[in-house]
Amino acid sequence: MAATTTSRRATRWLRESAWRHLLLWLALVFALFPILFVVSAAFNPLGTLSSSRLVPTGAGLDNARRLFQETPFGSWYVNSVVIALTNAAVTVFLSALAAYAFSRFRFTGRRVGLVGILLIQMFPQFLAIVAIYLMFTTVTDYWPTVGFDTRWGLMLVYLGGALSVNTWMMKGFFDTVPVELDESAKVDGATHAQAFFRIMLPLVTPVLAIVGLLVFISTVNEFLIASVFLRDPESKTVALGLYGLISGERNANFGIFAMGTLLIALPTMAVFWFLQRFIVEGLTSGSVKG
Amino acid sequence: MGASEGAPTPRANDGPAVSAAGLALKACALGLAASLGVWAAVPLFDAANWVGLGIVAAVTALIFYAYLSPRHVPLKYLLPGTLLLVAFQILPVLYTVSTSVTNFGDGHRGDKEQAIAAIEAYSVVRAPDSTDYALTVAADGDPATGGLVFLLTAPDGAVYAGDAEGLTGLAPGDVTADPSGRITGADGYTVLTTGQINDRGGEVADLAVPTGDGSGIRSSGLSAAYEGTATRTYQEDCDCVVDSATGVEYAADEEAGLFVSADGEALLQGWQVGVGADNFLRFLTDRTVASSFFSILTWNIGFAAGTTFLVFTLGLALALLMHTRKPLRGQSLYRILLVLPYAMPSFAMLLLWRDMFNVDFGLINRMLGLDVDWLGGTWTARGSILLVNTWLGFPYMFLVATGALQAVPRELGQAARIDGASAWQAFRDVTLPLLMVAMTPILISTFAFNFNNFNAVWLTTAGGPFSPDNPLAGSTDLLITYTFRLAFGGQGAQYGFASAVSVFIFLIVAILSLVSLRQSRALEEVR
Repeated sequence: MAATTTSRRATRWLRESAWRHLLLWLALVFALFPILFVVSAAFNPLGTLSSSRLVPTGAGLDNARRLFQETPFGSWYVNSVVIALTNAAVTVFLSALAAYAFSRFRFTGRRVGLVGILLIQMFPQFLAIVAIYLMFTTVTDYWPTVGFDTRWGLMLVYLGGALSVNTWMMKGFFDTVPVELDESAKVDGATHAQAFFRIMLPLVTPVLAIVGLLVFISTVNEFLIASVFLRDPESKTVALGLYGLISGERNANFGIFAMGTLLIALPTMAVFWFLQRFIVEGLTSGSVKG
Repeated sequence: MGASEGAPTPRANDGPAVSAAGLALKACALGLAASLGVWAAVPLFDAANWVGLGIVAAVTALIFYAYLSPRHVPLKYLLPGTLLLVAFQILPVLYTVSTSVTNFGDGHRGDKEQAIAAIEAYSVVRAPDSTDYALTVAADGDPATGGLVFLLTAPDGAVYAGDAEGLTGLAPGDVTADPSGRITGADGYTVLTTGQINDRGGEVADLAVPTGDGSGIRSSGLSAAYEGTATRTYQEDCDCVVDSATGVEYAADEEAGLFVSADGEALLQGWQVGVGADNFLRFLTDRTVASSFFSILTWNIGFAAGTTFLVFTLGLALALLMHTRKPLRGQSLYRILLVLPYAMPSFAMLLLWRDMFNVDFGLINRMLGLDVDWLGGTWTARGSILLVNTWLGFPYMFLVATGALQAVPRELGQAARIDGASAWQAFRDVTLPLLMVAMTPILISTFAFNFNNFNAVWLTTAGGPFSPDNPLAGSTDLLITYTFRLAFGGQGAQYGFASAVSVFIFLIVAILSLVSLRQSRALEEVR
């Protein structure tokens, strides 16, 4: 009896779960093998592209040592993390403000505004960069503290993109919070600002977390605008610095390039791990309602 | 909060029960805005830039009006993001649009006076009394692409930086020099190595630093420069440039922004003029552009649509695999590992994938025991790019789909099953349509992003492979990489034309997106 139950349970497990696990394992192979290559290249003691294998042939920290001794990787790293964290935090705040307006108020230009912020992001960026460059040549003359080679100038440009598809995502989530909640708060004498900060924001933390993560990742990866702004070797971000490494000495620098790639993936993974519990909820765009 | 708790306020609109802390915060924020305004105004005032000053005053006034007036509540929430959006997205776009009707680019950068100064400086010849300078060639920023700068040491030891705009003095403290006085380093400039100078040899030889009154500084070799007098000078009475050595007159052509001689020879340095729709008409009139344009456009749409489809399908399939009633064993570990590609820096991974596809020592060939030139053939290159882009993009879709699936009530699918629908039918007819409503804006922005995904192509195939009979357009070129090569490579920068192509690309993407937004229910949801 007991044996048949077990085997029945086993067949049931096979039918319901095993194939899922099998397919997920296949997906994992696809997702992870390039990363395995990076890991083995990063710890490859020879540090060249041609000697890198998928499965590590040896392990050493020579690449890490070279990375920190031969390049200002430490300051690149600090720059990247500081810029990405600040940009993520401010973008989340600005975007949440706008999403609240789009979700809770009806005003002229609302539809145009929503569609507009989606469309404006579609302009090819590399040419707007010519304009941004000319613009900031003037800005640097007048206000050097927010000009070229500063974090502030770069962040201002990034913040220009604060209202984007992320605002849509937030608005969708805000829509799922019943209007009655903030209306009853207002009846109780709360201002619209109090309703936003004390009622709305705590309820939408998941979507704030996910937008924060998305902005963090895209800022760490951003390359084109940063290359125009940060020309001083010390002020570069990791993305810029690593690109410089590999565009020159491709083969010889491959190991330190891989090591840098791994190191910059770490804070992203940390942020992801930290926000894990919000993420599934947070990605729920609220336009789906039962 | 709570100052007037229990006491219903007579006013129906906003503004009741403003707490002291809230007021204080508001006052601080406005004070900050005011001080930022003053901070921004001071240098503008010093430079007597009244237009700039007016804009700063207007923006500050707008901020105060928005937050002090009890009306226009949505404005209070929209203003900060919108101001940044206008300054750093909309203005650059408008600038680009206005550039698209000019001939702005190399040889047509500044106004007519700057062109004349450049022509005069370029024509200088060494005179017996010429001043000699010690020269160090440097760049403003990146050694390969930054603007060239001559770092000069005069016989009296004074140091200067000179570029095509003119000469600026350097503070001796910002400069390091060798014992002979030749500069070896200067703050804000990158000194070029001999190899880097050789790569840009033509530019170094062509650079002339105008020093006013028909004189200029040119290099002679890599470590010396001289200040000479111009042989070509501008004559106001004929609006032309006269070459004193040959006697040729170059008359100003205001339509082309060039000085042209009677036999049609134009001087290199021109100025920026409006060219109307010429840049747009080049799609039709320029044979090199027109011939490749439609095949590139087709592949471009295929690439963007294909990527969107693949990442969506794979992401959704994985989300569905893990969407079980009881959580799968190891669910969160699966989730973290599947999202890892998204956490890796994408530009680095693109370069890495290129190396994996390498024909000689690439990982793929080594692992599969093949000898395929993946990036060398049209269709293998296209397939490879799609594969790489799918790898980069599916984790995001997986996350989005996971979230969206949670929001679709499970009961709906179950009800359909009870009514006799198969699992696939229940998914296709009930769950999927609901999912699509949530995901359409994200799919559209994915499409739009990939339509202009410069990095994905540039860092892997750089547009190639190229057929021998058309070296300008490769088989994996997107419009944006093709434009990049046309506009910035080879014949020098043509911002005007590149802007026109940008505007054109923008129109295509925007129209495609608007149509699909309208087709879907996403816009109706915008109530």
